[in-house]
Amino acid sequence: MISGFRQADLARKVGISASYLNLIEHNRRRIGGKLLVDIATELQVEPSMLTEGAEAALIAALGEAAAEAGPAGAETDRVDEFAGRFPGWAEIVARQHRRITTLERTVVTLSDRLTHDPLLAASLHELLSTAAAIRSTASILAEPGDLEPEWRDRFHRNLNQDAERLAESSKALVGYLDETDSSSADRRGMPLEQVEAFVAARGHHFPEIETTGDVPSEVLQELESGAARAVGADILALYAADVRAMPLRDVLKALEALGLDPLGLARRFEVDLPAVFRRLATLPEGALAHEVGLVQCDASGSVVFRKAIPGFALPRHGESCPLWPLFTALNRPLVPIRRRVSQLGRSAAEFDCLAVAWPQEVPGFDVDPVYHSIMLILPVPSDEQDRADALPVGSSCRVCPRRSCVARREPSILSEEF
Amino acid sequence: MNRRVLLIEDEPNITEAIRFLLSREGWQVDTHADGSDAVQVITAAAPNLLILDVMLPGKSGMDILKEVRALDGMQDLPVLMLTARGQARDRDMAEKAGVSRFMTKPFSNAEVLTAVRDLHAQASRT
Repeated sequence: MISGFRQADLARKVGISASYLNLIEHNRRRIGGKLLVDIATELQVEPSMLTEGAEAALIAALGEAAAEAGPAGAETDRVDEFAGRFPGWAEIVARQHRRITTLERTVVTLSDRLTHDPLLAASLHELLSTAAAIRSTASILAEPGDLEPEWRDRFHRNLNQDAERLAESSKALVGYLDETDSSSADRRGMPLEQVEAFVAARGHHFPEIETTGDVPSEVLQELESGAARAVGADILALYAADVRAMPLRDVLKALEALGLDPLGLARRFEVDLPAVFRRLATLPEGALAHEVGLVQCDASGSVVFRKAIPGFALPRHGESCPLWPLFTALNRPLVPIRRRVSQLGRSAAEFDCLAVAWPQEVPGFDVDPVYHSIMLILPVPSDEQDRADALPVGSSCRVCPRRSCVARREPSILSEEF
Repeated sequence: MNRRVLLIEDEPNITEAIRFLLSREGWQVDTHADGSDAVQVITAAAPNLLILDVMLPGKSGMDILKEVRALDGMQDLPVLMLTARGQARDRDMAEKAGVSRFMTKPFSNAEVLTAVRDLHAQASRT
């Protein structure tokens, strides 16, 4: 959106901080009014160009909210009108929907934890067993009548032991809950979402990793939960490996010579295509003529990383459109796939999607390989849009109006056709 | 009918309290604290009633119960199961494994005694 401009320069010119501008650019802050006009003037573009992507994302979010609400009677055929006439209210609805989704996932996470966390289960078992022993022993001691001194002494001793054990187990349990309550970070979403938000807030570019080819330990401290730090460590370790294989200066030179040619870059640096896709998604502002998006999924189709791009709606949680080349690639491992796609009804924008699936490990004899798939999303300049062979795709079935789609999983809540 | 109960429980103070209560009622109480060889111990002891904890070292009470029920002559053995997990699905699992009575911790002495008396009375009638 602001190629050719250094983000900091633009921010200074319009009188906001670079980090706030970054949030705007990644659709995390809604832009409007004088600020919109100022930025558009600096960039010498129409203001509508700046809001298009955000509006598509907003409309997609409203569609998801209506889908989740069930048959509540939202006028889904007028969602564009709603977002256009009442952008503030629309943003509130979308935000509330995101908040509800996050809270629902927190409930599921906590419920899973209560059911499956072995440490918690063992700790509760210890507490309840000790309580049972205390209750039983105390009850015998409290009975009327004389108890033989030998039994009485033994039960007093047992009671004392169990009381101490109960105190220790209770403290241990509280300590455990406190520690894992940094999974209060879980209340803000799943680990992957925290990592995506963290990486997005840094513009998907980490100068400290670019400089050293390594991940400084303090980088991950911004992530609050241990699970998010673990996910983030894996993602940034891969980033660092890509930096070592493709140093920034060399990549920029290669881009000058080859243009945005992922295969050419792969040959030049002797790396595989997924590494090139990842590297392109971590370049600094202005390195490419357009911002690029990136999605990666595992063999089950679960999305394991996303870099959003304006205009291409990525569902927050799973259940993406099965027509995405990302999933097509899973059916044809190691075969690079390029598709022109258009997404999202009447505000459809076209993108070139490049995808490839590759085995996670060197395949072994008699071992079924486990594949991941990755898709680079490149925006298509406006003068090259409307290609007849563009593949219509959606975001997810529920908010996709293409009723006759062979890949449809469930009915759409929208009534329009493309 | 004889009154021999085998208590398999790894919590020594629970074992001691139950042993005291049942002995006082005239039961001969044998105890064991390990799950791994529990099936052999049950077979050898041939008790009239079994009290079985679910979370045992070596093997879970559920698995022990399933193995015991598969043995000849063990289908009618009254089994009182003790557990800290009292969720519906745990009860279902225990019922499928062939439990006679299911009791959650922390139980009261009166509950244990009542359950043992009931199970013994039922077994005596058959």
